[in-house]
Amino acid sequence: MEKLKSMSHATRSKLITIGMVVVAYFVMTGLMSAGAVSNSTIGLLIPICAYSCLAISLNLVVGISGELSLGHAGFMSVGAFTGVVMAQMLDGVIAADPMRLLVAMIAAAAMAALAGFLIGIPVMRLHGDYLAIVTLAFGEIIKNVLNNLWLGYDGDGLHVSMSNAAALNLEEGGKILINGPQGASGIARLSTFTAGVLLILFTLIVVMNLVDSRSGRAIMAVRDNRIAAESVGINTTRYRLMAFVVSAALAGMAGALYAMNYSSIVPKKFDFNTSILILVFVVLGGMGNIRGGIISATLLTILPEKLRFIGDFRMLIYAVVLIGVMLVSNNEAVKAVVTNLTSRFRRKGSKKPAATAVKGGGENA
Amino acid sequence: MPRTEGTYKAQRAAAEGKAPEATKGKKVREHTKMVPVPNDYIIPERDAGKVVLECRHLGIDFGGLHAVEDFNLTVGKTEIAGLIGPNGAGKTTVFNLLTKVYQPTRGTIMLDGVDTAGMSTDRVCREGIARTFQNIRLFDSLTVADNVKIGLHNQIACTMAEGIFRFPRHWISENEFQKRALELLDVFGMADNADDIAGSLPYGAQRRLEIVRALATNPKLLLLDEPAAGMNPVETEELMGNIRKIRDDFQIAILLIEHDMDLVMGICEGIAVLNFGKIIAKGTPEQIQANPQVIEAYLGKQGED
Ligand SMILES: Nc1ncnc2c1ncn2[C@@H]1O[C@H](COP(=O)(O)OP(=O)(O)OP(=O)(O)O)[C@@H](O)[C@H]1O
Ligand SMILES: [Mg+2]
Repeated sequence: MEKLKSMSHATRSKLITIGMVVVAYFVMTGLMSAGAVSNSTIGLLIPICAYSCLAISLNLVVGISGELSLGHAGFMSVGAFTGVVMAQMLDGVIAADPMRLLVAMIAAAAMAALAGFLIGIPVMRLHGDYLAIVTLAFGEIIKNVLNNLWLGYDGDGLHVSMSNAAALNLEEGGKILINGPQGASGIARLSTFTAGVLLILFTLIVVMNLVDSRSGRAIMAVRDNRIAAESVGINTTRYRLMAFVVSAALAGMAGALYAMNYSSIVPKKFDFNTSILILVFVVLGGMGNIRGGIISATLLTILPEKLRFIGDFRMLIYAVVLIGVMLVSNNEAVKAVVTNLTSRFRRKGSKKPAATAVKGGGENA
Repeated sequence: MPRTEGTYKAQRAAAEGKAPEATKGKKVREHTKMVPVPNDYIIPERDAGKVVLECRHLGIDFGGLHAVEDFNLTVGKTEIAGLIGPNGAGKTTVFNLLTKVYQPTRGTIMLDGVDTAGMSTDRVCREGIARTFQNIRLFDSLTVADNVKIGLHNQIACTMAEGIFRFPRHWISENEFQKRALELLDVFGMADNADDIAGSLPYGAQRRLEIVRALATNPKLLLLDEPAAGMNPVETEELMGNIRKIRDDFQIAILLIEHDMDLVMGICEGIAVLNFGKIIAKGTPEQIQANPQVIEAYLGKQGED
């Protein structure tokens, strides 16, 4: 306990978040082995892990780098399809499933990072609302490319087509991996809850370590005041791009985890709605607040499932709850109470005031 | 891409009437016309031959407005120089030209013998120009120490991957960042505020922090835009001492914009007076105070209100 007090605020906050995830994992596995968890809830565990990772990674762009990105699902889908294809191709090559999942995720991260880099180059010339609109457009472009992508595999290796399955010219016994708008099917369901939690921990550590490092300071400097950041010699485009690419890579891994939880997956799943859903997790959890993002991703993934019993009104209630939570959490009086409580709690541990106010993007002239 | 018209060399060549490159090497030497080069600069004697900043015919237009026109200035390596002039004269615009917030429409900027044409703002900083802003621009949500560490960014190396995966170099560089940030804050007696949030500091402390952050970039030339604005006489007095101390300890040049005449006349060695984008006088504080044009354009005006 003494040691906890002497630690810097950043380190302490990091350990609390990691501890929260680990405890949740053990409680959940305990409950499951006791048979106290319904099947429908078990089915939600991997999506919750994937969405938590997506919320953490999007937070890097929206909360830490201060750019509104509306195309995060695009990187998720790049990772999803790369992971699925990789896992299929490694079928029989790597015997151990966890190992195959790991390699598939690394490939997913690499492809999504490449997509993030290529998209980031034009996008980082823009700022604010313009940047947001262009990320939206790129998200849709990725979806449409995948809708028109056929990928097959036979003795000769990979075949690619942008027109139809027949154009792949597969040999006898060849396998279609991605089938245009029908996406991928017959996916090896390699994802597990444990893998999901490990991915959350990895994502958390990457993002939190980045924030608490030389590069992270530069990224936050650009967010707080771009002109001042340039004036102290920081290449602002470079650091904004770094945040964007790291975020895309992490989203790609989450996409792979998500996809390999199902036996089939279609490109349409990763559309604008999904991007907005992830953004909602981030905003609701508090921009720049990584822990909050995980909590809101979890609750908002469970909520629609638990509302199934009211049938048609499900999405209506979901929307109403969302509006309610936003209004309450954005209420000045509520905020004041929370700030008061947290600062009182913190004063006991260390005398350092917390950097609670994290500004969104844009220019502050 | 906006660029200055021609390089410094080309301009010098033109001014001295040298034949352009293409005709070089021709047997018949053309008649050389000699013209005077602007040589009206003054720098402190101790800096003789050691010039850190040289602006030649610098100019920028905003639409039809010549915001800065034919701006010539030379600053010695350890000089404390002043740039004064009435509101809207173009002083801040000069700083924005020097730091490439705006690319000049005309003219040349030489920093320690290097032409900065076409460089970006961050590049110019790495070359050795640091600045503060008239309207304070701190990294408001970060701590005082982090603000200074961001100033130190290019002084201490550590890649993003080393930071994310906590390589040994991350810990070594972070120790160095912390140590040097506290040393720099100590110059202004701010080490005790290291963990405060920058945006929550009182106004005077924010101005001081901006100077520390600029100093952290290890500049050759420090530009201060109205450093005493909003300070009381006691704070201003202290600031004057600190500016001298920075020059003495770090052996760098300082160019400052200031409306507080006690400060300007008290610490500046050379002063340039700007009015409607043009320099109307240059000299020592005594010369400036006695210059009738200056009195009319600037000091006279001050007397009226
Ligand atoms: N980006 C811009 N676009 C158009 N006009 C500009 C721009 N920046 C400055 N100006 C104009 O250039 C002139 C000089 O402005 P500047 O801010 O350099 O004055 P200043 O000498 O710093 O004044 P002050 O003492 O009030 O700070 C003003 O007329 C201003 O309106
Ligand atoms: Mg000004």
